[in-house]
Amino acid sequence: MDVVDLARWQFGITTVYHFFFVPITIGLSLLVAVMQTAWMRTRNPQWLRLTKFYGKLFTINFALGLVTGIVQEFQFGMNWSDYSRFVGDIFGAPLAIEALLAFFLESTFLGLWLFGWGRIPEKLHAACIWLVHIGTMLSAYFILAANSFMQNPVGYRVNPDSGRAELTDFVAVLTNKVQLVTFPHVMTAAYMTGGAFVLAFALWHLWRTRTPQTDKPMYRKAAKLGAWTLLVASLGVILTGDLQGKIMTEVQPMKMAAAEGLYEDVPEGVGAPFSIITVGTLDGREEVWALTVPKLLSYLATGDLEGAVEGIDHIQERYQQTYAGSDLTEVDDYRPVIPVTYWSFRLMMGLGFAGMAVALAVLWLLRDGEPDSETRMEGRAWAGWAAAVVLFLPLFANSFGWIFTEMGRQPWVVMGLMTTQTGVSPGVGVGSVATSLVVYTLLYGVLAVAMVGLSLRYGRAGAEMVPEDASYDPKKRSDDDELVFTY
Amino acid sequence: MELTTIWFVLIAVLWIGYFCLEGFDYGVGMLLPVLGRDEEGYAAREALPAAGGPWSGETRRRQMLSAIGPFWDGNEVWLLTAGGAIFAAFPHWYATLFSGFYLPLLLILVGLIIRGIGLEYRGKVDSRAWRARMDAMIVLGSLLPALLWGVAFSNIVSGVPIDAQMEYVGGFWSLLNPVALLGGLVTLTLFLTHGAIFVSLKTDGQLRHDARALALRTGVVSAALAVVWLGILHVRTGSTLSWLLAILAALALVGGLLLTWRGREGWGFAGTFGAIALATSSLFAALFPDVMPTTLADGLSLTKDNASSTELTLTIMTWVAVIFVPVVLLYTVFTYWTFRRRVSGHHIPTGVHHAAVTQETRAAVREPADS
Repeated sequence: MDVVDLARWQFGITTVYHFFFVPITIGLSLLVAVMQTAWMRTRNPQWLRLTKFYGKLFTINFALGLVTGIVQEFQFGMNWSDYSRFVGDIFGAPLAIEALLAFFLESTFLGLWLFGWGRIPEKLHAACIWLVHIGTMLSAYFILAANSFMQNPVGYRVNPDSGRAELTDFVAVLTNKVQLVTFPHVMTAAYMTGGAFVLAFALWHLWRTRTPQTDKPMYRKAAKLGAWTLLVASLGVILTGDLQGKIMTEVQPMKMAAAEGLYEDVPEGVGAPFSIITVGTLDGREEVWALTVPKLLSYLATGDLEGAVEGIDHIQERYQQTYAGSDLTEVDDYRPVIPVTYWSFRLMMGLGFAGMAVALAVLWLLRDGEPDSETRMEGRAWAGWAAAVVLFLPLFANSFGWIFTEMGRQPWVVMGLMTTQTGVSPGVGVGSVATSLVVYTLLYGVLAVAMVGLSLRYGRAGAEMVPEDASYDPKKRSDDDELVFTY
Repeated sequence: MELTTIWFVLIAVLWIGYFCLEGFDYGVGMLLPVLGRDEEGYAAREALPAAGGPWSGETRRRQMLSAIGPFWDGNEVWLLTAGGAIFAAFPHWYATLFSGFYLPLLLILVGLIIRGIGLEYRGKVDSRAWRARMDAMIVLGSLLPALLWGVAFSNIVSGVPIDAQMEYVGGFWSLLNPVALLGGLVTLTLFLTHGAIFVSLKTDGQLRHDARALALRTGVVSAALAVVWLGILHVRTGSTLSWLLAILAALALVGGLLLTWRGREGWGFAGTFGAIALATSSLFAALFPDVMPTTLADGLSLTKDNASSTELTLTIMTWVAVIFVPVVLLYTVFTYWTFRRRVSGHHIPTGVHHAAVTQETRAAVREPADS
C-alpha cells in the first residue's frame, strides 16, 4: 500500500470509530437533559434515577468521543498537509470556530454538571446539561459546514498566484445547500441513535427477570421516551434524507448513480427504478436478479417520478473532458468503488428503517391502558433480542451513511477541485503512516473493549436508588458533606 | 496592527492558555504515584474498605484527581483551539508543523487519549488492579505531552530544516537534539512544580504539606534547567523583548517558589502561572515574525506573512475571537470560582459510590485495607 491508501484507511478507521460516539453524545445529552428537566418539574424520583443512570452511560461514551476527536483535528495536518495548504483558508475557519464555540462549551459545562451536583443551584445545574447539548449541536454544525465544502465547494475562488482556494464568502460556506440538508439529517440521525440507546437499556431491564418489579414502571417510562424519540427522529431522517438525495444528485451526480449502480442514462419521461437488492456481478454491470421499485430512483434523485437520471458511464466521460489538464483534478477514473457505494447506501436505509420498526413495535406493546404491559416483555426471547440489537441499528446506519457520503465522493477530496491523492502529505513516509495506523487501530480496539465492558456493567447494575429527600440544593448542604461526585 | 500580527499574538495567547492551565493538570497527573503513595502508618490506623481510609494513598489520589476533575477537559480545549486557529490563520504553518513533527505528535495524541480515558474511567470500576492500570495511563499520558511540547517548541524556535516547498526534511531523530531534550525537561519539571503547587492550593492536611515540599524541590530543578534552556534559545535567536520576557519568567518562577515556601500557595500558583505565561511569550517573541524558521537557507522560513490565510479569513476569525473569547473566559472563570474550595479527605466518599455495585465491590468490603 502507498501513503495515499494508508492515509485513507487511517482517516476511514478513525472517523468511523469517532462517529460511533458522536451521535450517542448528541442524542443522549438531549435525553439526559429532558430527564433531568422532567425530574425538576415532577419531583418524581424515577426521573432523577434515570438522569443519573443514563448520565453515567453518557460520560462513558463522551470520554471516547472526546479523545478520538483530537486525532481528527490533528490528522488533517499530519496526513493531508497538501490538502490543508490548498483549502486551509476556507476549511480551517469552521474547525477553529468549532473549538472556540462548541468544545469549550461542552467541556466546561460537562465538568460543571458532573461535579456540580449539590454545589450549584438546581436550575443552573440542569441548564449545564442543556448547554452541553447546545455545544454538541454547534460542533455538528461547524464540522458539517467544513465537510459540505468538500462535497460542494462554495464561497471561494482559486487564486492563481498562491495556487490555493481562497475564501470569498463565508456566509455561503455556512449556508451551503448541502450543509442545509446534511445538518438536519445528521442531527435527526443522532436523535435516533440517542433514542435507541435509551430504549435499548430500558428494554433490557424490562426483559430481565432479576430487575426488581418495582423498577419496571421506571424503565417503561424510559423505553417510551426512547422509542418516541427514535420514531419521531426517524421521520425527520427520512424527510431530510429525501431532500439530501435531490441536492446530491444535483451537485454530485456520480454519487447518486454509483449508489444505484446505474451505468446507462435514463432519459426524461421514462422513470428510473430503485433497486432494493440486486444480485449480480460485483461491478454491477450484469444483473442476475433484482428487487426494484419502479420510478422511485427518479423521484429520489429529482423529485419527479419520470425525471432524467444520468448514468455512471456518461458522467465518467463528461468528467474526463472537464477535469483534464490539471494535476489537481485529472485522474483516469472518476468512479467511486461501486459495490461499497451501492451497499452502504442500502444498509444505511435498511438499518434505519429496522430501528424505526422496533420503535413502533415497542410503542404498540407499551401502549397505555394496559397496566401490565411492562411485564409482558419479561423473560421473552424477542424482547431480549430487541434490547440487544436496537441500539446498533441506527448506530451502524450512521456508519454506513458516512461511508457512503465519503467513499461516494472519491476520487475527490474536494469535489471538482482537488483529488484525494493530491492532498496527502508529501513529506510523510509509508513507515510513519503505517505506524500510526497500527497504533490507532490497536488502541481503539482496546478502548472499545473497555467501553463496552463498562457500559454492560453499568447497564446491568441499573439505575441506582436515590435517598428519599434527594435534594441537590447547595443551601441545604454543608461544606463538610461528602461530595456528590468525585473521581 | 496588521491582521497577521494580531493572529500571531492570538495564537501565542492560546498556547499560553494551554500551557498555564493544562500544565497544572499534567503535573497533577504525573504526581499521582508520588504524592498519592500509600503511607503505611495512616493506612494501618485508618483502614477502611474500598476507597481506603481518609488518609490512605487511594484517598489522596482521589483528592488530587477530584481537584482537577472539573477543569482538565476544558483546559485541553485550549490546545484544540490553538491547533484549529493555526489551521485557520496560518495553514502553511499548520501543514508544515503537523506533517513534519509526525511521530512526536502521534506520541502526544496517544498520551492525550490514554490520559483522558484513564481520568474518566478510573473511578468506574471498583477494583485495585483497574485503578492501578488507569493511574499508569494517567501518569504516562500526562508525561508524554509535558515532555514533548517542550521538545517541539525548542525545535520550532531554534529552527528546523524546511525546504523551498515548505516541507520539513529533518526526519524524526534530529528533533531529539540536546537542546530540544533540555526543553522537554524544562516543560516537564515546570509542569510538575505547577501541578504540585496546585495540589497544595486545592487540598488540605498532610497532602497539602507534602505537595508544597515537593513543589520546592522540583521548582529549584526546573528553575535551573529553564534558565539554561531559555538562555541558549535567546542567545541564538532572541530579541530585546524576548530576553526581557525570559528574565521576567525566571523572576516569576523564583518569586512563586519563595511565596510557596512561605505558605502562600495562592500567590505561589500565580507565580508559576506567570512564569509559564512569560516563558511562552518569550518564545513567541523570539520567533516573531517567523512562525517556523528554517535552518537551510535564508528566505525559506515560514513567516506570519507567507504562511497566513487571506485578509478576509483573518478578518472573520478576528470578529469571532473578539466576540467569543471573552465569553469563554467568563464561564471558565465561573467554573474555577464554583470549584474554588479545597478538596479534603473527608469530602471523598468511602467506596466508589458512583461505580456499579458488583461482586468485586462486595468482596472489597469483606476484605479491608484496600490501600
